[in-house]
Parts: sequence; structure tokens; C-alpha cells
Amino acid sequence: MAKTIVQEFTKGLWEEIPPFRLVLGLCPVLAVTKTVANGVGMGVAATFVLVCSNVLVSMLRNIIPSQVRVPCFIIIIATFVVVVELVMQAVAYPLFLQLGIFIPLIVVNCIILGRAEAFASKNPPVASIADGLGIGVGFTIALGALAGIREAFGAGTISIPFSDTVIQLFGPSFEPFTFMVEAPGAFVCLGLVLAIMNLVGK
Amino acid sequence: MGDYILLAVGAILVNNILLIQYLGNCPFLGTSKSMDNATGMAMAVVFVLALAGIVTWIFEAVFLKPLGLEYMRTIVFIVVIAALVQFVEIFMKKSMPALYAGLGIFLPLITTNCAVMGVCLINIKEEYNFMEMLISSIAYPAGFGLALILFAGLRERIIIGRVPGPLQDVSIALVTAGFMSLSFLGFKGMI
Repeated sequence: MAKTIVQEFTKGLWEEIPPFRLVLGLCPVLAVTKTVANGVGMGVAATFVLVCSNVLVSMLRNIIPSQVRVPCFIIIIATFVVVVELVMQAVAYPLFLQLGIFIPLIVVNCIILGRAEAFASKNPPVASIADGLGIGVGFTIALGALAGIREAFGAGTISIPFSDTVIQLFGPSFEPFTFMVEAPGAFVCLGLVLAIMNLVGK
Repeated sequence: MGDYILLAVGAILVNNILLIQYLGNCPFLGTSKSMDNATGMAMAVVFVLALAGIVTWIFEAVFLKPLGLEYMRTIVFIVVIAALVQFVEIFMKKSMPALYAGLGIFLPLITTNCAVMGVCLINIKEEYNFMEMLISSIAYPAGFGLALILFAGLRERIIIGRVPGPLQDVSIALVTAGFMSLSFLGFKGMI
């Protein structure tokens, strides 16, 4: 039972990596993985909210009555989402426009509420930070990887997060496989990645 | 009138909330294993979203916009939706027990259904007037219901079929959803 802080962190990277192992919070995973830059940007925003809300929920875990805990968690999460929204408008406005309504929708991302309910409300703050950071980094890696596959096939490029650099992967005769960056490609691609994860995990 | 019909068709088919806009995928995968659950979830979403659309639109028009508090929208909307869902649940339990028996277990899940919050935000973002908002708040969940019920039908067949080991359950469901999404993409030429 006595897991170390390191274990709490690393479990988010493989054992419980969302959205592959914990099939939660699929909407942003499908919607913002058209380019690597968007995917990673979303991952970082979600990680920030996840870590902050985990800390606050964990510190207040003995104060919040259990009957009203879910509304309390939602308000804590919503507060940090507003913080992210305002910060992104100030420092990364193009990314903010790209992600659109999916930034406010971090509020209803089941991963964050799930971690608050399943972990942070039962554990001390330090362990909760490790848990939030682990799951958040795992989520970011997953989004980046999925976006990498979709962008490479669908547009023949890889965009570097937090800069305007775009790397061309193929020569001029490359015909983009547009299916991958459209909605159907998102579902099929995630489905196949999940199948590969199942194959490797077993 | 023509514009309204176009908006409704657009929201149901062309911009289908599940398959094209990627909103509300957790209940999509969670409740589509049986037709009964899918129907219940679809009805609950239509019911709640119609109310939530109206209430959040009024909140935006009466409080947030005149007071310049647009940055508080996320918090206000989620609280309004959560309170509304709770209220609907209590009201239904008391006065419509038959309906509650069918939809009751889906109601708490709706608070964290991003389709509900998503449509409320789309209504504001597209600057719809009251009538347009009303149509979009009914048409989007109708599209959600259509996709969910069609998908539940497919999934009931998949369960009987022989699926290769690693693809089982969620994986094959996502691939199937992908091909459904492809067929919905075909409506793009309609408007």
C-alpha cells in the first residue's frame, strides 16, 4: 500500500496512461490532435489544471463534507480552467484560438474530476502533486503521440510545440492522406493505437 | 424560416456533435453497449440540453454581457448546468416517477457530458439570437441521439461477431465510430 512518490508519478506514464489505459476524457484527445502543437498545448493546459486542482482538493479533503464534494471539486477545477484561459489569451493567443471551446471544456474532462475523486480526496498534497503530474504528463505524451501520427500522415508535417517551426517530413511529391486529419481519422487512429497498446500490454 | 431549417439540418447531420465535432464521447462509448441505455441517455441529453441552452443563454444575456463578466463564463455555466441537472432530477423523481425510472441513472452523468457544456458555449460563440439558440439546443442533441442510437445498434451486432483479441471492446468501437463518422462527413455537401 505504501507507494513512494516516484511510483505515484510513474504510474501515470505507463500503467494508467490516459486515454489509453483509462479510457476517459476522449473529446479533447480526438478534437485537438490535428497537429502536434495543438495536442501538446492542450496537454500542458490540462496538466496545469490537473496538478493545481489535485493540490487544492487534497488540502481541503478534510474540510469538504462528502455529500457536496462533487460540486466543490467542479468549482475548484472551473477556477483553474479560467486561470488557464486568461493566461493563454495573454501568452499564447494563436493557440487559444486554435483550441477554441476545448479550453473551457477542460472543466468537464472526466480525467480531472476522476483524479480529484479517486486520488486527491484521499491522499496528502505531495502524493497528489505526483499523481497529477504523472497523469498529466502521460496525457500530454499520449496527445503528442497521437497528433504526431495524424499530422505525419494527414499533412506530411510535424509542428514543434510553442514555436512556429513546422518540419516537412516528405518530399514535394507527397500526397496528404486527408482522412487522418478529418474527424473519421481521429476515431480510427485512436482505435488502432488502443489495439496496439493492448497487444503490447498483454 | 428557411434559415432555421438549414440550421437544424446542419446541427443534426452536417455538424453532428458526436461524430464531426467530437463532443460527448465518454457517454457515447459508455452507454452504447445496449440499445435501452443508449435510448435513455439520448432522451436525457435532449431534455437537459434544451433547458440548459435556454438557461445559460439567458444568464449570458442578462448577467454576464451587461456586466462585462464574460471571463467568468466557464464557472457560471458549469454551476448553472450542475444545479439544473440536480433540479431536474429532484423534480422528475417527485412528479414524473415513470420518466425518472427510465432516465434517472443517466442524469448525474450529464453534468460532466461535454456535449451539454459544448452546445451552450457554441450558442454563445456563434452569437445566436433566442430563436436560433432554441433550434440549436434541440437539433444538436437530436443529432447526438441519432448517432448514439445508430451506433448502439451496430455495437450490439459487434458483440456477437468474432473480433480479434487486441481490438476487442473500446478499440473496435472507436474504429466503427470512425467509419460512421466518415458516412456523416458525406453530408457535408448538403449545405
